[in-house]
Amino acid sequence: MIEPRLKIATCSLAGCFGCHMSLLDLDERLFDLAERVELDRSPLTDIKELGECDVGLVEGGVCNAENVHTLIEFRARCKILVAIGACALNGGVPAMRNQYDLKECLEESYVRGMGLVNAQIPSDPEIPLLLNKVHPIHEVVKIDYSLPGCPPSADTIWTFINELLSGQAIALSYRQIHYD
Amino acid sequence: MAESSMLTETIRDIVQHHGGMPTRLLQILRDVQDRLTWLSPETLERVAEELSISPNKVRSVAEFYSFLYTTPRGRYDILFSDNITDRMLGNRELLHYLCSRLKVSIGETRADGLVTVGTTSCTGMCDQGPAALVNGYTLTRLNPSRLDGIANLIESRIPLAEWPRELFEVYSNLRRADILLGRHFADGSALRAGLKRGPEAIMEEMVKSGLRGQGGAGFGSAAKWISCRNAPGNVKYVVCNADEGEPGTFKDRVLMQDFADLVFEGMTLCGRVIGAQHGFVYLRGEYRYMLNPLKAILQRRREAGLLGEAILGDASFNFDIEIHLGAGAYVCGEESALIESLEGKHGVPRIRPPFPTTHGYLNKPTVVNNVETFAAAAKIAVEGGDWFASRGTAQSKGTKLLSVSGDCERPGIYEYPFGITVHQVLEDCGAHDAQGIQMAGPAGHMISAQQFGRRICFEDLATGGSFMVFDQKRDILDGVRNFAHFFVHESCGFCTPCRVGTSLMRDLIDKVHTGHGTRYDLEEMCKLGRIMQAGCHCGLGQTAPNPVLDSLDQFPEAYERRLRSTAYEPAFDLNAALEEARQLTGRSDPGAYLNEEDLLVGAMP
Amino acid sequence: MSGEPSFTLDGQQIPFQEGQTVMQAALEAGVYIPHLCFNPEFTPHGSCRVCLVKVNNRMQAACTTPAAGGQTVQSETEELREIRRGILQMLFVEGNHVCPACEKSGACQLQAVAYYVGMLAPHFKHFYPRRPVDASHPDAVIDFNRCIMCELCVRASRDVDGKNIFAVEGRGIQAHLVVNTPSGQLGATGFSLHDKAAQVCPTGSILTKHRGYDIPIGQRLYDRKPINVVGDVAQLPDSQGGRRHD
Repeated sequence: MIEPRLKIATCSLAGCFGCHMSLLDLDERLFDLAERVELDRSPLTDIKELGECDVGLVEGGVCNAENVHTLIEFRARCKILVAIGACALNGGVPAMRNQYDLKECLEESYVRGMGLVNAQIPSDPEIPLLLNKVHPIHEVVKIDYSLPGCPPSADTIWTFINELLSGQAIALSYRQIHYD
Repeated sequence: MAESSMLTETIRDIVQHHGGMPTRLLQILRDVQDRLTWLSPETLERVAEELSISPNKVRSVAEFYSFLYTTPRGRYDILFSDNITDRMLGNRELLHYLCSRLKVSIGETRADGLVTVGTTSCTGMCDQGPAALVNGYTLTRLNPSRLDGIANLIESRIPLAEWPRELFEVYSNLRRADILLGRHFADGSALRAGLKRGPEAIMEEMVKSGLRGQGGAGFGSAAKWISCRNAPGNVKYVVCNADEGEPGTFKDRVLMQDFADLVFEGMTLCGRVIGAQHGFVYLRGEYRYMLNPLKAILQRRREAGLLGEAILGDASFNFDIEIHLGAGAYVCGEESALIESLEGKHGVPRIRPPFPTTHGYLNKPTVVNNVETFAAAAKIAVEGGDWFASRGTAQSKGTKLLSVSGDCERPGIYEYPFGITVHQVLEDCGAHDAQGIQMAGPAGHMISAQQFGRRICFEDLATGGSFMVFDQKRDILDGVRNFAHFFVHESCGFCTPCRVGTSLMRDLIDKVHTGHGTRYDLEEMCKLGRIMQAGCHCGLGQTAPNPVLDSLDQFPEAYERRLRSTAYEPAFDLNAALEEARQLTGRSDPGAYLNEEDLLVGAMP
Repeated sequence: MSGEPSFTLDGQQIPFQEGQTVMQAALEAGVYIPHLCFNPEFTPHGSCRVCLVKVNNRMQAACTTPAAGGQTVQSETEELREIRRGILQMLFVEGNHVCPACEKSGACQLQAVAYYVGMLAPHFKHFYPRRPVDASHPDAVIDFNRCIMCELCVRASRDVDGKNIFAVEGRGIQAHLVVNTPSGQLGATGFSLHDKAAQVCPTGSILTKHRGYDIPIGQRLYDRKPINVVGDVAQLPDSQGGRRHD
C-alpha cells in the first residue's frame, strides 16, 4: 500500500530566498523527495491557499504586518513548524536595520534616496506596513525545529527532512551546523 | 578660563582633603558631586589628574554607582524609594503627584536645572515609608501634604539645611528587644574584658557563643576571626558591612542609629583579637544622614580612650575606624565587592577563593562582618559565649533582629531568639491577614501561609533580617515583578547569566504580569532561573531568580489567573510594533493594524 | 605510580600541580572544557561562565576553581551542556551577532563554542542593542555589536601591552566596552595590530582592516573540525587561520 505523502509548505518572510535556493540545491534528490512529500503552498508551487500541512518550513524573519499574518497562518496550519536559516532564527541581515529608527530607514530610501521625484514615504494600503523592528520568528510563534545557516546547505536540509520524515531524532553532523 | 581654574581648585581641595588617596576615589567623587551636582567628563578628567590615575578608572567608578551622575541633575535631586513596601504605601501615586506639582517628568531634570525626580532601590525605611532621598538625605512618611511642603521649599530654592527637621526624622521603631538590645551596655566594657582576658580567651568565648554571620550567610564568626588572626602578615583590617541593601532590611540602620557604640566596640575588639589597627564601616549611601552623627561618636570614643592610639591606656592597643559611604550599589553588600568598593573601584565581586580573611582589603587579611555580628561580639565579650548560646537553636545560637514591614500594624525591629516561628512574628507585629512573607528579602524566600509554622533559623529559614508581609489584598506578582526589576538594576554586569538573565527574567515576568503570558513562559522562567542559580558568579545572580521560582511554587494561582489559554504568545506587542509606521505613513486602513481578534495567535499548538 | 595529585574529570584521571585550576590542569591533560573569557596566557576572569562544571556536585567555573586532589569533576553531562547552551544563547541575544555578515565567521570562538555545545538557535528574546562600529583606526575596526564582555582585550592591553586602551564602563546590562580616550575612538590611541589586545578577541569584535573573507568557506578554522580538536583562535598562528602574530 502506498502511504499518503506528507504535506509540506514553505514560505520566505523577510529573507532572500537563499534558503529556498538551498532547497533546490537538493538536485536529483528532489525526485526522491517528491515521491515522499507533496508540496502545498510554497514559492515553488502556484498554490495560493495554505492547506492543512504536516510540515511548514519558514525562511526569513518578521519585518512587516504581512509576515505576521503569513507566519501565524503557517503556525495554525502546520503540525510541525521549522525555522530555516539565520533570518528566521535571529533576524539575520534584515535585522541590521534594528540599529536605526524606522523613520531613518524609510527616509534614507524614500526621501533622501537618489533620483527621487516627489519623494515621500509610501503609504499605499497595498504595501505591508513595517514593524518598528525585525524579529526572529520564535518571537511571534512557537517553533518546533531550528535549522541554522545562511543558508543551511542542501545536505543539512536533506538530512533534516529525512530524519524528520522517518521519525528519528534530528542528528546533524558537525559540518552540517553553521550560522553563516 | 576662570571657571575651569575654579573647577581645578575645587577638585584639588577635595582630593587633598582625602589625602590624595586613590582608595578614596568613591568618597572623592561623592564630595565633588555634592559641590557640582554632577560629574562632567571634564570633572572626571581633573579628578584623574589630581589622583594621578587613569581617567578610565575614574569613569568606570562614576558610571557604576547609581548615586553618581554623569549627566546633569537638578540642584534638588529627589529619589523615591521604590521597594514593594513603598509601593504598598502608595509611593507611585506620590511620585506622580510630586512630578505634576513640580512640572517635571520622572527621571528627567527640569529645564531650569532646579530639580530632578526619580526612583531608587529600597532606602531601608520600610517601616516608615513611603520614603525618598533628597540630595542623599532621607525623607520619611511621605504624604501629599508633606510633598506640597517639599515642592514649595524647592520652588522657593530654600537650602536643604533650612528645611523643617521633621521631614528628615527617622524613627527607630524598636518593638521587641531580647538579650542583644534589651540589656544596657557600658561603653568600653567589651574592650576592658578583651584586655583583661586576652585575645585567646575572647576567641574561645566567640567559639562557645556559636555566633554566625548575621548578614544572612551564617558563616561562623569565630572561624572567620581565627582564620584572619592566623593569616600571615602584620597589616590586617576590620570591615563592618553596613551596606544594608537587601530590600526590606533596616535593622542595621537602627543599630547604627541607636547602638553605634556597641558596633564600634565590636569592631575594635575584633581588631584586638586579629591584630588589626584599621577598621572601616561601609555605610550604605542611603544612610548618609547618619554620617556626621557617626563621625561624632567616633570622635567621642577617641576622646574617651576607646578608639585611636593606646586604647584604654594600653600602648599596644591601637585601632581606629573610618567610615566609607556607598553610593547606591546593592552588589557591594557582597563582601568582596564591598572590599573592591572600599579600595575605590567599581563593586564587582572577586573570584573566591582566596577569601577576605587571607586576601581582603588591599589584599591583606580582613574580617568582614555584618553590623549585627559586631554588636553581638561586643556583648559576648562582656557576657560570655554561654550567655549568648543559651538562646536560640542547636545550629543557630543567640538572637536575630528582624526588620518587619509590609502589611502589619506594628512594623519595626523585633529581636527574637533564633527558632521563632513565622506565626509568632506575625502575631506580634499585628499581621492578621497575611497570605505570604518575603523572607530575607528578594534574594531570600517567599513563603505562603501553609509554611507559617516554619522557624527562623539557619536550620530552616535563614535570614539577614528582612521580613515583608503581604496580606490577602495584595497581588503577589506585584512583588515578584518589583523584585525582578530590582535585580536588573542591581546586577553588576560582570557575568553573563546575571547580566543577561536578569533582563530576560524581567521581560518574562512583565509579560505574564500584563496578561500576555502562557504556560510556556512559565516553563521558560523556570529554565532561566535554573541557569542563573547554577551559573552566576556571585550570590546576587544566584538568588535573583528566587522570587520567581518561589512564587511559582508557592503561589501558582497568582500566575494561573493571568495566563492565556493559548499555547504561545508573541514576545512583543504586535500591534504596537506597527505604531511607528502608522505615524510615518499616516495610514489607518485595516491593514495598518494587527488586532488580536484578527489573528490566530497561538490558536494551534 | 608517582605521587602527583590528581582529580577525576568525567571519569578520567587528571594530574595537576599545586596552584593550577581545574581548567589549566584539564587543558594540560588535553581535555577540552568549553570557555570564552579564559585564555591560558591570562589570569582567570570567571565572567563568561561557559566553563561551568560540577566539582564535587557543586557548580563552579572550571577556570577559577583550584584543582584539589580527589575532586570529582563533571563536565560533559547533558545538564551542563544545557546550561552552557543557555549561557551561549544569552550572549547571542545580548549583542548583535549577524554571522553571515561577519568577517570572523568560521574562525570565531564564540561561534565554535556554540557549535560545540549544540546551540542551534539563540532561543531567547533578542535585545537588539544599538551599538557603534569604530573604524577610526587605520589598521583595525571595533564592532561593539559583537563584544561579549570577556575583557580579554582589556586585560591584554593593560597587562601585556602596557597601553590600557580598553575598559568596561557602566553597570548591569548597560555595562559595555569603551576605548580609553576622550573621544572614545580607537584611532586616537596607540593601538597596533602587533598588540596582544589585537590577537585575543574571541569574536569578530576587534578586526584587522584590509583583509576580510580571505579564507574560503569550507577551509576556515572551525569549518571542518570542532574547537575541542582545533583549539582556540587566539592560540593559533595567523598562518593557520588563527589570530596569533608572533
